[in-house]
Amino acid sequence: MSSETKQILTTDGIPLEVSLKKAEKKNKIKAFLLVAPLLFFLIITYVFPIGDMLFRSIDDKMVTQMLPKTFKAMENWDGQELPDEEVFAAFHEDFIKLVEDKREGKLSTQLNYTKNGFKSIIKKLRRASKKFEEGNYKEQIMSVHKRWADVEYWRAIQRRAPEFTGQKYLKGMDMYVNQEGKIVSVEEDRRIHRVLWLRTLEIAFFVTVFCFLMAYPIAHLLATLPMKYSNLLMICVLLPFWTSLLVRTASWMILLQQQGIVNDFFVGIGLVADDNRPEMMYNKTGSYVAMTQILLPFMVLPLYSVMKTISPSLMRAGKSLGGTPFVAFWKVYFPLTIPGIGAGCLLVFILAIGYYITPALVGGASGTLISNQIAFHMKSTLDWSFASAMGLMLLSGVLVIYWLYNKIVGIDNIKLG
Amino acid sequence: MALPKYTEPHYRIWHYIYLTICGAVFFFLIAPLFVIFPLSFNAEEFLSFSDGMKRLDPDAFSLRWYKDMIYGTKNPWGLAAKNSFIIAIFATFGSVILGTVAALGLSSRHMPYKGLIMAVLISPMIVPLIISGVAIFFFMAKAGLAATHTGIVLAHIILGTPFVVITVTATLSGFDHSVTRAAASLGSDPVNTFMKITLPLILPGVISGGLFAFVTSFDEVVVVLFLAGLENTTIPIQMWTGLREQLSPTILAVATCLIILSTLILVTAELLRRRSERLRGINR
Repeated sequence: MSSETKQILTTDGIPLEVSLKKAEKKNKIKAFLLVAPLLFFLIITYVFPIGDMLFRSIDDKMVTQMLPKTFKAMENWDGQELPDEEVFAAFHEDFIKLVEDKREGKLSTQLNYTKNGFKSIIKKLRRASKKFEEGNYKEQIMSVHKRWADVEYWRAIQRRAPEFTGQKYLKGMDMYVNQEGKIVSVEEDRRIHRVLWLRTLEIAFFVTVFCFLMAYPIAHLLATLPMKYSNLLMICVLLPFWTSLLVRTASWMILLQQQGIVNDFFVGIGLVADDNRPEMMYNKTGSYVAMTQILLPFMVLPLYSVMKTISPSLMRAGKSLGGTPFVAFWKVYFPLTIPGIGAGCLLVFILAIGYYITPALVGGASGTLISNQIAFHMKSTLDWSFASAMGLMLLSGVLVIYWLYNKIVGIDNIKLG
Repeated sequence: MALPKYTEPHYRIWHYIYLTICGAVFFFLIAPLFVIFPLSFNAEEFLSFSDGMKRLDPDAFSLRWYKDMIYGTKNPWGLAAKNSFIIAIFATFGSVILGTVAALGLSSRHMPYKGLIMAVLISPMIVPLIISGVAIFFFMAKAGLAATHTGIVLAHIILGTPFVVITVTATLSGFDHSVTRAAASLGSDPVNTFMKITLPLILPGVISGGLFAFVTSFDEVVVVLFLAGLENTTIPIQMWTGLREQLSPTILAVATCLIILSTLILVTAELLRRRSERLRGINR
């Protein structure tokens, strides 16, 4: 037999295998072209900007570029004692240039991030530098303020020489690089970020637990009730789900305020005295209560969609084989709902860990989360690189959970409503 | 869910405890929304029920906060509502078009790197809003789109598309692809096939995705807070400022309107979902 007969040919005389591959490739390109507009739109407007955040969080060129001569002169400085005249002269030259461009304010802000106390001495130096005589800049600068004669401050400047730095990430974990170049933690009473990280995890964890405990029974009820009742009850879940977050937060602000309805009720049943109404808002309690209610639908819906698929005959079979209802539930029903539990818990946890609006409104000082700190640095201190660093730290945590979610539930299995 | 007659007493008790717990949870879910209703008709400036309201005295109720919402000079609710609707409508159209087309590609079995691409497309829904806000703000500031309607619309398209992609891919999962092949074999070109065959069949999914995108945009505050200037204020921004500064009954009037709106959206979404499930032949 000749070799041609082994190959199956299409009517055009091309081997079928080649033809099929070609068609397959064409289909692949077709499918990809459909996805391409959205994919590229998202990559440009969303994925790259997140990469930009990464760059901003480690970028430290600003100071490097503001004091080029100083850092060049500092290369030979061992950092033990005060730098010599060469460094001071170079610093003076850089500084005069910055004053001319009116950028010395930016320098002081930047240096102040590294070490507190630069703001005032740079202001003083600017005023004094107008009257500086040529030569012997070391003496002249040191006489402006005693901090300029402090080697610590010069070391602080030197630490800003590299173009890239991880110090914002360290700051996000309340750590810094000390004079010896070691990474150490800040004093215990100033560890604000660690407190926030822990609180964020704690609140997200307990909100998830509360949501689970509340959602499980009602999801079960919804899944087992006859259609006409469960549809009605489903509205109780879906209406909050579709209602504006701010409206729901507003309603909790009304309920939880000191003269609010919940407190009125507690006074009414004699639980608390009228003149001793507990503060239920602007603290952790507020965050817990409001966040649990707001996130509850996100737990109910995945649980419901899993429970709906469990046949009631399984429980009956369990009971008929001699199990008590509790045993039947625990051994048969509960294990079958675990995919739903995983989906709901991960979803609620991811949402809770990044919550911003509700804690900002009802959380007060003790109920705010890491998101609020990021917003604070974006809007108030304008330390965008620090905000980016903390954002990415939060993001990496969320991505780990997202990855888990994908492993356990599969991202295509997300259901909405 | 009636109990069988042979149920033993302690299970009967347990059953009633279970029902009570469920009732309490449903109450916890829905009751807070209903507090807003009566209080928005309060004749006084307080945010708690006055004695008159408890006695159901007609004088204790009034429409003054609704009047304030519409005619009040201090609160630019009119501008905010206009902006919110314009932004949400454009963002919805953008999300629906981009998302539906992408979903068509994603549900093709020839799609390469499906998992990875899906993960990227869904990411705006998973990444905490505050991070999305920061990233989008950096982009819009560089592109010169901060404090413009265009910038906010683009941002909301980013946030809205995942919902459209999810709902439309879900609808397409039950889609019988032989009908498009039948159309093609009868000489229809792909665009015609999509408009005449595919789109009508997946329309419920598309519309419910669109509703999600609309609500996402209409209710979105975190990203807008970074992007909006005074001219671009939206209803959520006005509510946010109002809630932070002073909780006024006017906000409750607005909130009541929003609850009515969300009820309408809920009803539409539910009807669509049922229709879609009927079309997909899922028996419930």
